[in-house]
Amino acid sequence: MRVTTPHFVIGHATAIAVAVLAFVLVATGPRPAPAGVFNPETFTLDNGLRVVVVTNRRVPVVTHMVWYGVGAADEPYGKSGIAHFLEHLMFKGTDEIEPGEFSRIVARNGGSDNAFTSQDFTAYFQNVARDRLDLVMRMEADRMTDLRLAEEDVVTERDVILEERRQRTDNRPRGLWSEAVGAALFVNHPYGTPVIGWADEISALDRADALAFYRRFYVPNNAVLVVSGDIDAAELRPLAETYYGSIPRGPEIVRRRPPEPPIRADRRVVLEDAEVFQPSLQRRFIAPSANQGDSAHVYALDVLADILGGGATSRLHRTLVLEDRVARGVSVYYQGTSLDYGSFSIAASPSSTATVEALEASLDRELARLIDAGVTVVEVATSIRRMLAAAAYARDSLMRPAYVFGMALTTGQSVEDVEAWPDRLAAVTVEQVNAAARHVFTRSSVTGVLLPAQPVSAQGS
Amino acid sequence: MTQGIGRSGRCGAAALLLVLSIALPSQAIQIERVISPGGIEAWLVPDHTVPVISVSFSFAGGSAWDPEGMAGLAELTAVLLAEAAGPYDHQAFQAHLEDKAIRLQFHASVDRFGGRLSTLTDNQDEAYRLANLALTQPRFDAVDVERVRDAALVDLRRDLGTPSALARRAFYAAVFPGHAYGRDPSGTPDSLAQVNVDAMRRLVVERIGLDTLLVAVSGDITPGKLGPVLDRLFAGLPARAQGLAVPDVTPAHGGETIVVPRESAQSLIVAGQAAIPRDDSDWFAARIMNYILGGGSFSSRLVQEIREERGLTYGVSSFLAPLEHASLILVSGSTVNARAAETLALIKAEWRRMALEGVTGAEVADAQRYLTGSFPLQFSSTGRTADLVLQMRRFDLGLDYLDRRRTLIESVTVDQVNAVARRILDVDALTVVVVGEPEGVEATMTVPRSDTRG
Repeated sequence: MRVTTPHFVIGHATAIAVAVLAFVLVATGPRPAPAGVFNPETFTLDNGLRVVVVTNRRVPVVTHMVWYGVGAADEPYGKSGIAHFLEHLMFKGTDEIEPGEFSRIVARNGGSDNAFTSQDFTAYFQNVARDRLDLVMRMEADRMTDLRLAEEDVVTERDVILEERRQRTDNRPRGLWSEAVGAALFVNHPYGTPVIGWADEISALDRADALAFYRRFYVPNNAVLVVSGDIDAAELRPLAETYYGSIPRGPEIVRRRPPEPPIRADRRVVLEDAEVFQPSLQRRFIAPSANQGDSAHVYALDVLADILGGGATSRLHRTLVLEDRVARGVSVYYQGTSLDYGSFSIAASPSSTATVEALEASLDRELARLIDAGVTVVEVATSIRRMLAAAAYARDSLMRPAYVFGMALTTGQSVEDVEAWPDRLAAVTVEQVNAAARHVFTRSSVTGVLLPAQPVSAQGS
Repeated sequence: MTQGIGRSGRCGAAALLLVLSIALPSQAIQIERVISPGGIEAWLVPDHTVPVISVSFSFAGGSAWDPEGMAGLAELTAVLLAEAAGPYDHQAFQAHLEDKAIRLQFHASVDRFGGRLSTLTDNQDEAYRLANLALTQPRFDAVDVERVRDAALVDLRRDLGTPSALARRAFYAAVFPGHAYGRDPSGTPDSLAQVNVDAMRRLVVERIGLDTLLVAVSGDITPGKLGPVLDRLFAGLPARAQGLAVPDVTPAHGGETIVVPRESAQSLIVAGQAAIPRDDSDWFAARIMNYILGGGSFSSRLVQEIREERGLTYGVSSFLAPLEHASLILVSGSTVNARAAETLALIKAEWRRMALEGVTGAEVADAQRYLTGSFPLQFSSTGRTADLVLQMRRFDLGLDYLDRRRTLIESVTVDQVNAVARRILDVDALTVVVVGEPEGVEATMTVPRSDTRG
């Protein structure tokens, strides 16, 4: 269980370039922290809606989230982007709310709202004052069943999504490159298809596609309600019964995606682009997740990712950045909270004087050394101690606990799994870490290389 | 656009629109003024929900104080302060921080040089000790300096391919020519090459002093405990920093349109003009005006016209930027190249409409409800709370600001919003930057990509 915001999640709206432009403020976000024990309360309504409550009475506000167990990987073949498109269209009105009014009503009540879609889940949230919780629960329950879509709103919103795709991907060589690497990592499983969808397929999506997807997946027995903040289960339960309890249970949802065949060939994805001035390298492996594959490795892989890339004293930072001076920085990311396959990813940018080849050679050497000699008892103990210490930060947030439970419960994990994270992490041994490293790194990988179309020295930097 | 969905729909919507007054108790957030035995003042929001303490602090003098030819000095120094200090080289210092889950970062904005320290309650003594070492005994080891400089060079290269960074550079270079605000705070390859350890040590002496220090704290600590902590955390800092005068400046090149050519699928439009400072008596009228124009996310006029009605963009928004020596209102949004001219025309039309026709009572009421009601949502973590309180100190808003804020916003009238719109918004004063291959947008000024001063 981890509580980082995955980079593959895309949302309804973003602060876009304005945030970057505002050099008045300098972002200093803390590093992602693992989960602690949140002590949630849980119950399930008769219609199958699972409910999680995390109490935090710091200020009289709440985060109200509804997570659906459906994401881009559940889309019909050829309809890529429909999960995310529907997420946008959920703001286009119901039998009670006019198009575009949902967010305006939330704002008029001093709240903020948004939504996001990943491969495995789609979630909607509002942050509001405690005394506005009734209002947003009523509106969220309303759009679980009564979405109404006007044809012209659907067509306009499709243009918005094509602009979103341009902004995230088509206008950024780095975005196109990451998309291509993802597609090479999963050649048969739908995780290889971008969450936002392929442009040509987005262009062909229509109102009927959205409504069919909505009717099939947006049912209470495929949803999780998570409320965190100034509330407890005794207070929430009557509200949940009132607003969500009357929604009829839908058919059981079976989420079965095509499997990924064992591909033995390493793959290499190279993108050269005139708008690239700084090269990058990434290497990705398919790995077990908490819900699929050899899940015994999951906690060991959390520890391994920290040993390799968790901060300035990590192995790859010391070797590639400090000793070899071939990298500007290294990031290591283990995605283990997935309904299907997990992934283990290493990304790095060469230093200003190093080539991608030199960087890759150093990385190859370090991974070979890891498989050959393994990590040490001290490294494992240090990482576990540091990750456990940092876990308290995960509770120092209104939204993060809600996010952790929503993600866990829509990817096949339980509340108990989240709460057991510190114990399971603490039990990881050096033998387990080394077994997990061999398990992942001896499989085939995808290496991505992003390069300028011309030598850097020819550019006017 | 809003097509009615039927009779019952309107009834239902009307019922939901009934908005009661929002009684969000600002008293839920209590700020205490703490003066240490040594005379250091901090504003504290005690919060024992989680065993975490966050301290935010800043000093006068951000990147605008970087010497001519040495842009990037403040940002590089900020990174290096948290790299190695006192007896600990880089690896030893980082290991001490990581072992105790202590988060220490320094940062430079254009106007301030600051830091944020977060620690678990149990580890706070070590946190204050390490942060004090960073403030008073930074090492600036040559190997660290070269590594951090190289990282900054790599980031500059990355920026060369990033539309938002290209737009930012071109915009500030155009509106503040010859002024420190016209430089990129991250510098240029040439200016980064000029930065040396002497300059960094001078920065520490010149800017890090108790006289311009502002401190805000939130989390698991009492006022009584915080006093002595402040004296330890900031022990050894000189009573006075040296300071530097940066002249006030008004934006230049209003009415110009600059195109930064970039092979792309989309054009990024950034535009801006002079606005009003944070201490202007019309500030909240301007905040409400901006919310209605483009600040209010899904509710704003710009989003309504450009995204909701026409599907021209994924995001368009405006915001006020009150710098210490200049004040701006900016707008930003991306659209497909073929429709860049149309999108720019729509932005300008909304600018003009706001100035000429003003706002409605309903729009003002909605903005007031949002701006008052959403305020407590921002106090979502100890770090965020400390930052917000530090912001209050930075703009000298007073200890009673949380109590007064609601009244300040609710007392703004439609006439005041209209007056401030007329006063600020002048479509002919907009400096426009478009990055991409915008069709139908005529450039009146050209700025080559690499033309940024150090």
